[in-house]
Amino acid sequence: MKAVIEITYLVSSILFIFGIKKLASPKTARQGNLFAAIGMFLAIVATLLDQNVLTYEWIIIGSIIGSLAGAVMAIKVPMTGMPQMVGLLNGFGGGASTLVALSEYFRKNPNYPVDTGAAFILPVDQGIAIILSLLIGGVTFTGSLIAFGKLQGIVTGKVVKYPLQHPINLVLLLGVLAAGAFVVINPDNLNLLFIITAVSLVLGVLLVLPIGGADMPVAISLLNSYSGLAASTTGFVLGNNELIIAGALVGASGIILTIIMCKGMNRSLMNVVMGGWASAGTTGPATTTSTKGQVKSIDTEELAMLLDAVSSVIIVPGYGMAVAQAQHAIRDLMNVLEKKGVNVRFAIHPVAGRMPGHMNVLLAEAQVPYEKLYAMEDINDDFPNTDVVIVIGANDVVNPAARHDPNSPIYGMPILNVDYAKTVIINKRSLNVGYAGIDNELFFYPNALMYFGDAKEAITKLVNELKASS
Amino acid sequence: MEEYLFLMHIYVFVLAIFVGFELITKVPPTLHTPLMSGSNAISGITVVGAILSAGMEQFNISTILGLVAVIFAMINVVGGFLVTDRMLKMFKKK
Repeated sequence: MKAVIEITYLVSSILFIFGIKKLASPKTARQGNLFAAIGMFLAIVATLLDQNVLTYEWIIIGSIIGSLAGAVMAIKVPMTGMPQMVGLLNGFGGGASTLVALSEYFRKNPNYPVDTGAAFILPVDQGIAIILSLLIGGVTFTGSLIAFGKLQGIVTGKVVKYPLQHPINLVLLLGVLAAGAFVVINPDNLNLLFIITAVSLVLGVLLVLPIGGADMPVAISLLNSYSGLAASTTGFVLGNNELIIAGALVGASGIILTIIMCKGMNRSLMNVVMGGWASAGTTGPATTTSTKGQVKSIDTEELAMLLDAVSSVIIVPGYGMAVAQAQHAIRDLMNVLEKKGVNVRFAIHPVAGRMPGHMNVLLAEAQVPYEKLYAMEDINDDFPNTDVVIVIGANDVVNPAARHDPNSPIYGMPILNVDYAKTVIINKRSLNVGYAGIDNELFFYPNALMYFGDAKEAITKLVNELKASS
Repeated sequence: MEEYLFLMHIYVFVLAIFVGFELITKVPPTLHTPLMSGSNAISGITVVGAILSAGMEQFNISTILGLVAVIFAMINVVGGFLVTDRMLKMFKKK
């Protein structure tokens, strides 16, 4: 039986690997997800056959409750709420790792529930694995809940600073590790184990709280990685290779996405984790000195006339599109323009939105074909040959100051070169600054026209105007 | 053998990280959100440990922790795979 179980775990691991491999193309991705789900099902079945599983009622009750809750969440969540959904699911994974580590500690302890007076001998490797599971799982759990709260608007999305932020976190982390070492040597110390768990949970809150809303793509990716590592450490606790493999795959995935997100902002991971642009260090006085010129605006009628005479349009969506739920209106805009023979494409900045690929999912929801979505490096050279760029709810990722102004906090960040197009239309509710808190000099460029209004309303009006004029 | 077991696990872990890096770098940016929610569901593999904890014979603190762990992990697994499927269904060619 043991061999059957182990082989099933192996098959399951292979299904995970194939599943992720199939995610490399939108054509096979759905099948890949199914492969991974089958892998998970096999792993669960194999575990139920394990000789250590003696009673099934709690497993069945827990599975029913968890499955129902998960299914309801997955079906109910709107596509715009996907970042917080992923954040929340991350948290549950981390929480499960913490609970399993605690449970294993009690199971291995001969003096629990009845004190037998026997010496509690915990092998060093298992002790280390339990402590790391508690730490990583705990940080993932509360950190993800805070990230969820920030994205949901329950917790402030602003950069939260508290006194002695970094020293406190460092001391807490070192404290956990020191206490962990002590527990490994003296496994009987139950109180210390609880303290380690509690401090890990607090650390998760303190680490994510300072991270601002627009840095969430990095935070979510990093927490994703942690949830994988937590699964791996649980694998070390149980001596189970499948958990180690699956956790490592997810850990690697999260790390890669984190690196991509950081590159998209030209910032180091440290800088993001420490919280906010403000801590970039050498920025000096806030750059409020940008040359204010004349801002020109355009109304719906004029814009419709302008778009009547163009052959190529690139649409640049940002988080504002998600907030206004404007993706369906934008799809209509694409359709009406294409009917007029205009070549319409979308340019997606790597950190547009609140998680990696956020814009792509929203546009896919609105049935925009995925071949029309271009990554920054694939479309950036096409802007000079483009008649009109329409920026909808994006700001810092199109700010030309990033290219030439060393005093700008976003200097060096790769941006979409929308200002090279013949005309740039910027749809915005007002002239407010973006997340980085700086003016966008693009608005004052001679080829820039502001199209004020809520993204959904304004684009819908534009679509109606275009339809009426054709 | 026993002392090498831990090393064998490290060995598997390191190799799996490399496999992960190879696989993930091939996923296009357009699928990064489903990748995240899908890999998230895979990290729910902790359910294996949760089941082992919840399935012990005597009902004690280990089993209670295991029960909650099963609930958490199943939310992670079922929610993750379903929501990923919901997203991937939408990705269509023209």
